[in-house]
Amino acid sequence: MKAGVIVFPGSNCDHDAWYAVNENLHGRAEFIWHDSTSLGDIDAVILPGGFSYGDYLRCGAIARFSPVIKAVKKFAADGGLVLGICNGFQILVEAGLLPGALIRNRDLKFICREVQLSTETPASPFTSALNQGQILRVPIAHGEGQYFADERTLDELESEDRVAFRYVENPNGSAHSIAGILNHQRNVLGMMPHPERACDPLMGSTDGLGIFESMLASLPNAVPVLSR
Amino acid sequence: MKITPELIAQHQLTTAEFDKIVALLGREPSYTELGVFSVMWSEHCSYKSSRIHLKKLPTTGKYVVQGPGENAGVIGIGDGWVVAFKIESHNHPSYIEPFQGAATGVGGILRDIFTMGARPIAVMDSLRFGPIVGTPESEHNRRIVEGVVSGIAHYGNCFGVPTVGGECIFEEGYSANPLVNVFALGVCKEDEIFYAKASGIGNPVIYVGAKTGRDGIHGASMASAEFTEESKQKRPNVQVGDPFLEKLLLEACIEAMKTGAIVAIQDMGAAGLTSSSCEMGSRGGVGIDINLDLVPQRETGMTAYEMLLSESQERMLIVAEKGREEEVFRVFRKWGLDAVTIGVVTPDGNLRIRHLGQVVAEIPNPALADEAPKYDRPHNVKPHRRAPLDAPANLPVSTDLSADLLKLVASQDLCSKRWIWEQYDYMVRTNTIVGPGSDAAVVRVKETDQSIAMSLDGNGRYCYLDPREGAKLAVAECCRNLATTGAIPVAATNNLNFGNPERPEIMAQLVEAVEGIAEACTFFETPITGGNVSLYNETLGEGIFPTPVLGIIGLMKTAQPAPVRFVREGADLLLLGGFGKCEDRRFGGTQYAKVILSQLWGLPPRLDMDYEKRVHDAIRALIAADLVESAHDLSDGGLAVALSESSTNEIGATVTMPASQRQDLALFGEAPSRILVSVRDAARAQEIAAKFQVECPRIGATMKGRLQIGDDSKMLIDLSTSDLKLAFEASLPRLLQTHE
Repeated sequence: MKAGVIVFPGSNCDHDAWYAVNENLHGRAEFIWHDSTSLGDIDAVILPGGFSYGDYLRCGAIARFSPVIKAVKKFAADGGLVLGICNGFQILVEAGLLPGALIRNRDLKFICREVQLSTETPASPFTSALNQGQILRVPIAHGEGQYFADERTLDELESEDRVAFRYVENPNGSAHSIAGILNHQRNVLGMMPHPERACDPLMGSTDGLGIFESMLASLPNAVPVLSR
Repeated sequence: MKITPELIAQHQLTTAEFDKIVALLGREPSYTELGVFSVMWSEHCSYKSSRIHLKKLPTTGKYVVQGPGENAGVIGIGDGWVVAFKIESHNHPSYIEPFQGAATGVGGILRDIFTMGARPIAVMDSLRFGPIVGTPESEHNRRIVEGVVSGIAHYGNCFGVPTVGGECIFEEGYSANPLVNVFALGVCKEDEIFYAKASGIGNPVIYVGAKTGRDGIHGASMASAEFTEESKQKRPNVQVGDPFLEKLLLEACIEAMKTGAIVAIQDMGAAGLTSSSCEMGSRGGVGIDINLDLVPQRETGMTAYEMLLSESQERMLIVAEKGREEEVFRVFRKWGLDAVTIGVVTPDGNLRIRHLGQVVAEIPNPALADEAPKYDRPHNVKPHRRAPLDAPANLPVSTDLSADLLKLVASQDLCSKRWIWEQYDYMVRTNTIVGPGSDAAVVRVKETDQSIAMSLDGNGRYCYLDPREGAKLAVAECCRNLATTGAIPVAATNNLNFGNPERPEIMAQLVEAVEGIAEACTFFETPITGGNVSLYNETLGEGIFPTPVLGIIGLMKTAQPAPVRFVREGADLLLLGGFGKCEDRRFGGTQYAKVILSQLWGLPPRLDMDYEKRVHDAIRALIAADLVESAHDLSDGGLAVALSESSTNEIGATVTMPASQRQDLALFGEAPSRILVSVRDAARAQEIAAKFQVECPRIGATMKGRLQIGDDSKMLIDLSTSDLKLAFEASLPRLLQTHE
């Protein structure tokens, strides 16, 4: 898998995503600067965590105007895999690739901790290597991660089986305990937890690898994952 | 403007200092020059009260690549890689404006690290506040805590550096003088270190980063005086931080350094443009000529005085190779930052400032940086202390040790600081092997097979009772924290927080503490490679406890260390170092004396450095032999509290104490040189300890669900691990939500 990691001014988990793909997954990752108008020859896009443009105004609100977002939208429309993590999720929502909004945590404080996620659907290119209901230990680190959407949107997400992950214990007040959602075509995943931080035994959990392995397996010409 | 005695006094310069300025210049200074001298010669920038004593600290060793005198110390970690690290205080600003004061404290130390070419990979904080319950100031103190913690989180999280550990203590004396000491560590290749030494006559001086505004003018002078009722008016002196801009500045600086066009680089911290230019010039033995008209400005109509003394954040000064400016500009343009040539390196050794077509200041660089006053302030008196030496007659004997333990575990100093550190992103960059809440933090260096263990420690109570011994104990504790994770301590940084040095009994505290640090850091082979001195931590004549804070780093092969908490039932429990002794007199500085007895007396615990070092060697040997399942060093609260902290994960322990007259002293005494370990093979572990001539009694075994401590005759303490966990974890959020 060749993944393009988008770097916005203020992205700060770009290296972590790059490292997880290159070193933990033994795939290939490269950085794509936010003012690029094309993505080049890649199999998947990762929008990493961080504070793009300082998260001033609203998280992701300015990043969505970056030239690269146009290319990401086209890539997604053509069926390419797009994974938005944390700030990347916020950007995807602002860019209209995913529904809803991410607002201040219920307790108005930044929270960094390992949480348990329940895998809500294995029916996506991001979760195919996981089992229904499989519990993953993955860290969160965000101040504005409370998922919010109107009832109709929530009903739609639920009825279309588009909730990818739910918190076992809701840390931030998210509607329906939602931690990650898919788009209608199921090739775009946005999630607040950081799977790239759970890919190395030294970080305390390797449960995040399953997401990257699923992506790898779903690609045409996919090669089997090297043993780790 | 005419220079009057009043104006000189307003600039916190003495008559003698003013006379020295006149002698150095051969004339009276201009108003602008007076301002420049006042900041460069302030206590904060010049270390005029402490310099002669700081010389006593050991600064060299086999790992040291760069000692004090640069923006940060540098240590070699092998394979051509180095780490740069330092601690710095932002105490005064954090009292006046907690959020921005703490935030810009983080920003300042981060710039010190990346100005050396090192990418920051870890931050830790040592915090001291007034009590958050039970005093008239508590409500205000709670607001300071909230502000400081969210300020640190705001800056560090956005910048993308993990805040991996620290300490947080509450004491009366810090009510009006909170301490915010921030430690940062970065990594780079040894041949890619950058220094702040200007060279190359004719080379351009380039200003990069944020525009200059009127914020922070005279911040350094503010940090060099006691607080009074009027101090609140100094709020405009506190700068406002922009972590996003700093993140861009980091990336741009590191990218620009790779062009090879940069000769020297220095951040603009305290005293801003003035200190960065004169220090770079002074280090290189050259002059610097600056035209203020070219400085990017945020406000209109700024005077030369204001621009020179502004402490606007997120700015750097670069000396580049002549003719290669465009390579530097191109990088900064990419990151959307200002980069402008504002001056040139000259041969005459002078700092020359031009503004609106006139030379407004012309001062020999060494006069500002090296000729600053140096005082041997009187200190031949006993260090200030009001506490009695002897324990109170009829020292009360505990009637309910279980209740005392629960109270201690839930007390402000000892309770879990999770509420604080969960607001910090402690994992970003995926290097954090051990994060907050352990004895030492451990961060891997991905490019090597090495990890850096780091610990911050200070104990104001111990230092108040005996500054020399207290300082030595802090060094010993840091080194013990590192050893407990299996690391070898290699170097240190220190932050000396004291009151008014013009009072001999305060100066005596400083001198004693520095000498104690020197002795211990020499003994433990942890040279001091840099640090910070914060004096005048007094408000209305009331000072803080003398609080030297040590930050010590250690090296270890990258691996997952044994956890602090017990991992399984039925493991043998050893007390490496032995029970130790606790006399009445050495009990008066303990947490038990503070929390349960509300008293302070006597002396700090007795430290035998030679024994301490053998304990460190022994624990590393036990870890190397793969015998250790959990390890936790004993410190505040003694054996009982260490057992409780290790029991907060459902596995407790059953422990038998040797017979003693005073089990409260034995359980809560804070003798150093002790580590609680649960092991796989007790007999082999004891053999290894014996080789180092270290006591290592088996004190019991781990068990499910309870912590039970008894002696031959009776049960002393019997608590469920869930009660202990609740007391430990729920306390701080509850205390902070108190409404009095």
